[in-house]
Amino acid sequence: MVETAALTLRDYRTDVKPIWCPGCGDFGVLSSTHKALVQLQLRPENVVIASGIGCSSRLPYFVKTYGIHGLHGRSLPLATGMKLARPDLTVLAYGGDGDMFSIGTGHTPHAARRNVDITAVCMDNQIYGLTKAQTSPTSVRGYKSKSTPYGSPDEPLNPVLLALASGASFVARAYSARAKELTDLLIKGIQHKGFAFIHVKSPCVEFINTYDMLDRLVEEMPVDHDPSDLQAAMNLAVTEEKVHVGVFYESERPVYEEVAHSWFKPTDFDADAFFRRF
Amino acid sequence: MGKSEIIIRLAGEGGEGVISAGDMFTAGAARLGYQVFTFRTYPSQIKGGPAWYQIRVSDKSVLSMGDGVDVLIAFNEEGYRDHIGELNKDGVLIYDPDTVTPDGKGHTSYPVPFNEISRKKLDFFRGKNLVVLGTMSALFGLDPGSLEGMVRSRLARRAELLTKNLESLDHGYNYARKNIEKSDPYYLAATEKISRVVMGGNEAVAAGALAAGCRFYGGYPITPATEIFLTLAAELPKVGGVCFQAEDEMAAIGSVIGASIGGSKAMTATSGPGLSLMTEFLGYATIAEVPCVIADVQRGGPATGLPTKNEQSDFFHAVYGGHGDAPRIVVAPGSVEDCIYQTINAFNLAERYQMPVLLLSDQSLSHRTETFLPPDLSHVRLEERLTANGAAGAEFARYKLTENGISPVTIPGRPGTYSSPGLEHDEKGAPTTASKWHIAMTDKRFRKLDLAAKEGAASPRYGVRNAEIGIIGWGGTEGAIREAVDRAVAKGYKVAALHPKMVHPLTKGEIEKFVSPLKKVIVPEINYQGQFAHYLRGTLGIDVVRLNKYDGLPFCPGDIFQKIEEVI
Ligand SMILES: Cc1ncc(C[n+]2csc(CCOP(=O)(O)OP(=O)(O)O)c2C)c(N)n1
Ligand code: SF4
Ligand SMILES: [Mg+2]
Repeated sequence: MVETAALTLRDYRTDVKPIWCPGCGDFGVLSSTHKALVQLQLRPENVVIASGIGCSSRLPYFVKTYGIHGLHGRSLPLATGMKLARPDLTVLAYGGDGDMFSIGTGHTPHAARRNVDITAVCMDNQIYGLTKAQTSPTSVRGYKSKSTPYGSPDEPLNPVLLALASGASFVARAYSARAKELTDLLIKGIQHKGFAFIHVKSPCVEFINTYDMLDRLVEEMPVDHDPSDLQAAMNLAVTEEKVHVGVFYESERPVYEEVAHSWFKPTDFDADAFFRRF
Repeated sequence: MGKSEIIIRLAGEGGEGVISAGDMFTAGAARLGYQVFTFRTYPSQIKGGPAWYQIRVSDKSVLSMGDGVDVLIAFNEEGYRDHIGELNKDGVLIYDPDTVTPDGKGHTSYPVPFNEISRKKLDFFRGKNLVVLGTMSALFGLDPGSLEGMVRSRLARRAELLTKNLESLDHGYNYARKNIEKSDPYYLAATEKISRVVMGGNEAVAAGALAAGCRFYGGYPITPATEIFLTLAAELPKVGGVCFQAEDEMAAIGSVIGASIGGSKAMTATSGPGLSLMTEFLGYATIAEVPCVIADVQRGGPATGLPTKNEQSDFFHAVYGGHGDAPRIVVAPGSVEDCIYQTINAFNLAERYQMPVLLLSDQSLSHRTETFLPPDLSHVRLEERLTANGAAGAEFARYKLTENGISPVTIPGRPGTYSSPGLEHDEKGAPTTASKWHIAMTDKRFRKLDLAAKEGAASPRYGVRNAEIGIIGWGGTEGAIREAVDRAVAKGYKVAALHPKMVHPLTKGEIEKFVSPLKKVIVPEINYQGQFAHYLRGTLGIDVVRLNKYDGLPFCPGDIFQKIEEVI
């Protein structure tokens, strides 16, 4: 089938109205996702977006591609199965900080080290939005919410550092309010061959409005940062004075599904031959 | 004239060669054309602890592990003490005088110094299992030449071991020939050499999956299900599939659901603890209507329970486990060969009704070996889910409310996008909390279950037509039940058995028809609660006589026969 007309934003929008509060950072992520798909001209039927549960994880309903709104924390296994079975498709996984770094944390490092060619986007608002403002694994120490009324005693988890330490072959950070940069990073992540992790700071206006703070702290990567230098990427990831956005790390490694499909030239299952071996 | 059916039990410590000697005897006997049924049990550790292996070998068909023991081969004192009580009237004890001191009462016994022969004479202790095998072949009539051929083919690539192993086999054989005056009745008559498949239930499940068109497996190792995973890890890449070792069971079933939405036939296999972890996703597969197969090879529970022992105690979990009104289908194979067919059946049901299908195997079924003629799968019908092509650029109404509940689905890569929902949804899959949609979609999902019950295949029935006593069993107890029925019928009792393979939903009419003329219905199962009995009572109002055991072991035909005599 020859498609002549270029795909536009309209081709990726659905009729389902986002449930997010006005001003929620997730709108920025959605809009940049639409734009990235337009710029890449990926046909909607060739893209699958898997997600977990949370405000952020509603995103697949608002993008006219195939979607899987899964279970809390389980976007990565769903995306992994999809990509291994269908390497021809572009597969993305979206989720919140609770989704990917609390209930689903068990999956995140494994997806990273395996290097399945999927793009994982963590929409981090440092809170459990959907369940109405409980402390999340990225909430800062001392943070007071209804679940930690006397201040959270926990040290927060560092998503970028964890992704780097787990062997993700592409690690970046973006800020939902800086649309152009976010779109570019999504495009890079999708184009990257292997597991791409994009940590998006996506404020929750309803329960913890971090826009002012982020506007102050967000800064581009130092110009001399070398994204092939893992150590330098880790150093930047632990910097507390600034929230760096851009590509922390990028490298090329064998992709899981290519290896897994390379061992044999597939043939049909020969039942008779199989039973003869027993 | 010897008795051409023998139940041999090897008992000793794990890692001592009990299992490998049993395996080789089984393979050798099958090669010679005998039919074999084995059972094994071993501790949940790598070395040590009590292990035993039972081989029932016959020139006729064998459907269960049989009753009692004809020949006990005790490797150590514990093996002797724990099992001697089960020796049958004419039974023989073979033991190593080095390690076992029998009290010498009431049975034939042959001392054979296995340790001394292997350690002192041959300086090759690892060959002890072959010394045992040689002795067995001399005493019970397995052609040593054929056993030698088997050892040669097994060790074809390990020349350095071959000579020593053959020597061990020889020594065992010659020792028995020279030193034992045979006074027992067991001797296998020569039989026609028919080539049979010698297989365990897990390998059979894997074979069924491959034949059904399964091209994705996501799994996490767990006893006693692991061999399904291992077989598919070796085979799937050859047929263009992927076998994925996940980080846990949630990832395993998650990947299976992802692959299935992508259009693949996909499965996972686990045991109780893993099934518990998969349960949230089972509900997801129900609401999102994703075809997938989950094999649960049951073991003793709860928690870690008895990892290497047999139980049928996951029936409730398979049928009802998890939250919500969540229909799914459950099938249970009755024998190793049936594992092939029920796995294919599970895939067909999953595809046709677009829902999760659980395959309930068990430890005994998975780790026993049975012999059967090579199956001809060329005529087996395979089903594919109902698919559609959507219009380019339009969203597809994936969850159309159809009359029978089955809605066509689009596959990624083709037009007609939709989002697979874990939330209640409308026909397009868009989330909604409206009562009308929850009612409509719940009804739709259960319409499919009703249809599955209506379209279900007939269950095998054994025994007499005008039965007064009936047995309804499920899963891996089928062979023991059949043999018990045969024995009862031979004694003139009016007994019949029905063994449904789709155990949920039940093909109601058929079961009611079976039950209505009966005076008593016995439901044998290996669990404390009588889970299937409860289910029969709850769904069909049938009052049954329960026969339960929960000792970690399968039924013997005698257990069931005894119950028949009790209720008659
Ligand atoms: C197994 C399970 N446990 C708990 C929940 C309840 N729950 C839904 S969303 C959520 C947290 C969401 O936080 P996050 O992932 O950060 O997403 P956000 O809403 O902030 O975007 C929780 C705890 C659930 N849906 N499933
Ligand atoms: S609660 Fe917070 S995260 Fe959720 S939609 Fe509202 S602003 Fe966004
Ligand atoms: Mg959050």
